Amino acid sequence: MDKGLSLRDVTIYKGKSPLIRVHHDVAPGEVLTIMGPSGVGKSTLLAFVTGTLAADFSATGAVWLDGQDITHAAAHQRRVGILFQDDLLFPHLSVGANLAFGLPPGGTRADRQARIDGALAEVGLDGFATRDPATLSGGQKARVALMRMLLSDPCALLLDEPFSRLDAALRAQVREMVFDRARSRALPVLMVTHDAEDAQAAGGAIITLGDDCGSRTTDASRSHQ
Amino acid sequence: MSRRRLLPLLPALTLLALLGPVAAGLWGTVLPAFGHLPAAGLTGPSLEPFRDLFGWAGLPRAVMLSVGTGVLATVISLSIVMLVTAGWSGTRPFCVLERLLSPLLAVPHAAAAFGLAFLIAPSGWLARLASPGLTGWDRPPDLLIVQDSWGLAMTAGLIVKEVPFLLLITLAALGQADAQRSVRVAQALGYGRVTGWLKTVFPRVYAQIRPPVYVVLAYAMSVVDVAVILGPNTPPSLSVQIVTLMSDPDLSMRLEAAAAALLQLALVVGALMVWRFGEVVVAALGRRWVASGGRGKADTAVAGLALAAGTVSALAVFLGLIVMAIWSFAGFWGFPDALPDTMTLANWARFGSGTLEALGETALIAVVVAMVALVLTIGCLEAEYRHNIRVSQRAVWLLYLPLLIPQTAFLPGLQTLMLNLGADIGRGPVMLAHLVFVLPYVFLSLADPFRAWDARMGVIAAALRASPDRILWRVRLPMLLRPILTALAVGLAVSVGQYLATLLIGGGRVATLTTEAVALASGADRRAIGVYGLMQTGAALVPFTLALLIPALVWRNRKGLRHG
Repeated sequence: MDKGLSLRDVTIYKGKSPLIRVHHDVAPGEVLTIMGPSGVGKSTLLAFVTGTLAADFSATGAVWLDGQDITHAAAHQRRVGILFQDDLLFPHLSVGANLAFGLPPGGTRADRQARIDGALAEVGLDGFATRDPATLSGGQKARVALMRMLLSDPCALLLDEPFSRLDAALRAQVREMVFDRARSRALPVLMVTHDAEDAQAAGGAIITLGDDCGSRTTDASRSHQ
Repeated sequence: MSRRRLLPLLPALTLLALLGPVAAGLWGTVLPAFGHLPAAGLTGPSLEPFRDLFGWAGLPRAVMLSVGTGVLATVISLSIVMLVTAGWSGTRPFCVLERLLSPLLAVPHAAAAFGLAFLIAPSGWLARLASPGLTGWDRPPDLLIVQDSWGLAMTAGLIVKEVPFLLLITLAALGQADAQRSVRVAQALGYGRVTGWLKTVFPRVYAQIRPPVYVVLAYAMSVVDVAVILGPNTPPSLSVQIVTLMSDPDLSMRLEAAAAALLQLALVVGALMVWRFGEVVVAALGRRWVASGGRGKADTAVAGLALAAGTVSALAVFLGLIVMAIWSFAGFWGFPDALPDTMTLANWARFGSGTLEALGETALIAVVVAMVALVLTIGCLEAEYRHNIRVSQRAVWLLYLPLLIPQTAFLPGLQTLMLNLGADIGRGPVMLAHLVFVLPYVFLSLADPFRAWDARMGVIAAALRASPDRILWRVRLPMLLRPILTALAVGLAVSVGQYLATLLIGGGRVATLTTEAVALASGADRRAIGVYGLMQTGAALVPFTLALLIPALVWRNRKGLRHG
């Protein structure tokens, strides 16, 4: 398979002991959810995929994206987007400048401004370009963070407990928006969460990790087992 | 060479800048100490220099002064800070004291010492305020208060400067010690505030502030500028004697100076070892004290005394600066008047051009040195972040090493070495010497905020296809603007305050505000000292003010960066 995100025999180690083992393909527009309590190394798996693994961890296996082995590529050349539970908007940049940071270089000023305005309009935030991100509500920040990520034109999307800071009403709304955008752009999505509702809403394969380093795959139709 | 290849080299370069001059200086001290000084036509080895040194009648007294003032100043300032923190941290008086003491950190040692002298001298402000009403004096009493032969004024001068330093270090350590909850538990078990804090929090805090405490001890034992201003003359402390010998036109006196420098090094190393042993003893006694279960009956009194001592220490510097400012504008000011008859700008007109020249030299050196230190520091921290380098506790001690080796032990050697090599002394070498002292402080100031930066910001930026350089310049450095400017201000203040490095390595030809001000100590022109001391203080304080104002202005519309 060419398109999509593929984790091939990926094992994450803390020191010498294996934490987590995953072997799975995520097709474009599909979501793979990894469930488990905190501390089993879910976020570490995402760090391996983004190329930002911390020093006390190591990993074996390979990550392929759209037919290319990106296991050893530099973090900024992988084209893997990620969203965390915190919006992590750059506090020193305006909302518009945050979006411009995501936008790849090139195009005229007017062009770029138009794309930023368009992105804001798409999530109902017209006219927010000059705002200080710290003055936005939680839901507004989440939307800006999503659009910033999408403007950078990623080939895959990683979600690290992305909705756990939002209250119940907002949660469903933001979740739906994220999954919609990912589907319409045909992005493979890899989500880690400890929330069963998020996992159900994602609608794809679910890998449940215990603390015994074993894993159990529900809906294993697409997994290589 | 591309930046990518340069970055991994920066930590090595930084270590070289830190330790190179120290090692070279020690080497340049050892050779003449054993009679080897080709520049003066002398070749060793011989023990003559040590024979000369031990033949000096003032030596026992000079050694006593160095050890006595150093240990006493360290013990007293550490006690004040520990007890004030124990008794008051988290309360309103503590916040007030903290706010009073923080800016004092930037005040150069020499300026604080002059201020203190202006305050406590027989003809000083305190005597004037109390006379003739309380004392009945209409002439300054014939008392040797400043430059007393016991070195008490000098000890006091060191204490008022080390208290703010140790307090800020302690505050930084408190955050990681989970102090408040421990004290709450101890209080619930019936312990007084001070006793509860000393029994539960002190061991953790002390373990963290140990390196800076050692720095204070090493510094206080070998200080030169404060000793020149407040210390006795006959004989002076060992460090001052070394400088006197070094500035003798007779080059062969440098041999004795080198021998004295090695003795100074041995004294500091010995004192540090004794201090280390003292820690073991205190720990053993402390364990017994904890086991005894005493709840602390004298806590209230102890806390009150400590707060009073801390306040007096802060006020001494503040009032000293104020009286220095008054002297700089004073016309005729007879004793015992509390204020001068007339205020005039004449002093500033007279010394203004001289101070401006010195200010230019001071600023040039300070800006270059602080910028270099900042670049090296950011380079090291960024290399650590990008290449996942772990910094061990031992590497942190390397950073403290130049601050633990007495300046008087390696700076004379560095000067002699340059003399032997025929290297030109002047501004460039002075900058390199300043860097040795500025770099550790800039690094220690920036390291924590730099490492505390949310690394997920970097992950997000990389996921947005930003290169490591772009992340550094566009995200990390702007977000860290405030701590970066603070570190820069710390570096500037340290450079402005350098006396011995400027004097010795500059060969007397590099005139900064600090060297000019200290040179005035032997005369008694209080107006000149007032002008130079005030300029010196300003040169150190203005950068701190800017470090507060600039981020507030630049990020005035960015709520997320307003605190922290």
